[in-house]
Amino acid sequence: MDEKKLDELKEIARQSRAWIIKALAESKSGHPGGSLSAIDILTYLYFSAMNVDPQDPHFVDRDRFVLCKGHGAPALYTSLAMKGFFPKEDLLTLRKLGSRLQGHPDMRKLPGVDASTGSLGQGLSIANGMALAGKLDNKSYTVYAILGDGEMEEGQVWEAAMTASHYQLNNLIAFLDYNHLQIDGRIEDVKSGGNFASRFKAFGWHVLEIDGHDFKAIDEAVLAAKQELYAPSMIIAHTVKGKGVPFMEGAVEWHGKAPNKEQTAEALKFLGALKEDGR
Amino acid sequence: MQKKATRDAYGEALVELGHEFDNIVVLEADLSKSTKTELFAKEFPERFFQMGIAEQDMMGTAAGLATCNKVAFASTFAIFATGRAFEQVRNSIAYPSLNVKICATHAGLTVGEDGGSHQAIEDIAIMRAIPNMTVIVPADATETAKALRAIYHYDGPVYLRLGRPAVPIIYDENMNFQIGKANKLQEGHDLAIIATGIMVAPAMEAAEALKKEGILAQVWDMATIKPIDKEAIREAAKTGAILTVEEHSIIGGLGSAVAEVVVENSPVPMQFMGVEDRFGQSGTPDELLKAYGLTAENIAIKAKELANKKSSS
Repeated sequence: MDEKKLDELKEIARQSRAWIIKALAESKSGHPGGSLSAIDILTYLYFSAMNVDPQDPHFVDRDRFVLCKGHGAPALYTSLAMKGFFPKEDLLTLRKLGSRLQGHPDMRKLPGVDASTGSLGQGLSIANGMALAGKLDNKSYTVYAILGDGEMEEGQVWEAAMTASHYQLNNLIAFLDYNHLQIDGRIEDVKSGGNFASRFKAFGWHVLEIDGHDFKAIDEAVLAAKQELYAPSMIIAHTVKGKGVPFMEGAVEWHGKAPNKEQTAEALKFLGALKEDGR
Repeated sequence: MQKKATRDAYGEALVELGHEFDNIVVLEADLSKSTKTELFAKEFPERFFQMGIAEQDMMGTAAGLATCNKVAFASTFAIFATGRAFEQVRNSIAYPSLNVKICATHAGLTVGEDGGSHQAIEDIAIMRAIPNMTVIVPADATETAKALRAIYHYDGPVYLRLGRPAVPIIYDENMNFQIGKANKLQEGHDLAIIATGIMVAPAMEAAEALKKEGILAQVWDMATIKPIDKEAIREAAKTGAILTVEEHSIIGGLGSAVAEVVVENSPVPMQFMGVEDRFGQSGTPDELLKAYGLTAENIAIKAKELANKKSSS
């Protein structure tokens, strides 16, 4: 990845973070922490990796994306809006009655959303189904997914992990947004023992570990994953919950609440984004 | 009367459809010999996905395949399809209204010897409560094959309820199956018997017996529980009394679905035959149906009581 591309991605991510904050402030609810921890990966996917067309959201050869941790919807919506699937102003309708931007992604309402998700643990199975269809139809598309680390406590994730390796879904590249926090506290304290790399290796996956906020590292991991001939790839992305907004970083209380007016202004100041257009 | 299990008809019809339509895929959770999807697996191994004993994952995978223009048929026992994987069916399949056909075998008491843990008696209630879901319970092998073709052509999630034991074949090949349309099997004016699934055959048998006693029962095969055929129910209500019969809990299934229409439009006395709010147990299918009162003889007794109640009121 050249410096120009790197700068472009950084700028898109910065603007995206501002839109996430503004959308959440407007809706007065939602999940900032896990949206901000995943936005760099999403920015990379939609602006550097994925073959998608905002003018034709359903074209059959497109790459697919499944947000398994569906509560990170504000991040996905922002990436889709930045990409041009719908006007950025629509982000301010997040979670409001009648909005296409539901609390969790709804593939029937919003163009660009490939799978309805939200109930944790279900997304990876859906991604597997897409990858199986790709193999069956000899398509060359890639299926991308982002899972949460708290989500690893759901048993279905491990059922799906077995399926992906059994069917040699090397056209599946998943990210684990490893920000160490879930609603009730640190995931190490709640239940998950960590060791995600060895767990996925034991389940037959090709595992990589990176800094989930480093675009070059994300790029290298995805390129390596694409070289894999048999196994699905799990890119364990070490992230910071609330990344980019200092008072939200690593703070469990910012899992699922919106910033008030003052907090919003402060957050936007940190993001260098005071003007309405996010710049 | 010739007999055949609806699961056998399912397995065969799936192969037939598989030859005609290459966008059909089949998913299975380690029960292919019982659900009869093994027939499809042998014919089309590349379109058959063995998911192992992982019903939740199977439903999600079926959903993912359906987003890529496949028509996904997912099979396991009814208890696992609607119980174990309920929320996957609700959120991954029905919420986005994906083209997944949940074809569950071994529904009801007639699972038999495996006992109450494996006998789904609440699956119709669970599935019909989910928005976007269509619920179909074929009465025999012929209707199963026709229903399978119909749900292939229908775009959206469907729950197809199938059984384990061989049951009488009541329809010939010329029968017409339409989703949402009940079949009137006998004219009558003293009362109406509305049955579904494998209880349709004993309901017909009961109606024959009632004729000898001068009671003419109108008999309906309500194969589609949702969307329910309101027109048929209104016609049935004109007889002045309705008896519903199902191999399912009397809470939330066919009887409830019929009652919802009856009380709103044309209140008449009703009686509900089914499993009376208790679990099943081990036994042969025939022993169990007898123990739970789901026989032609018992249907005739209840029908007679209801007809008398109607004429005395």
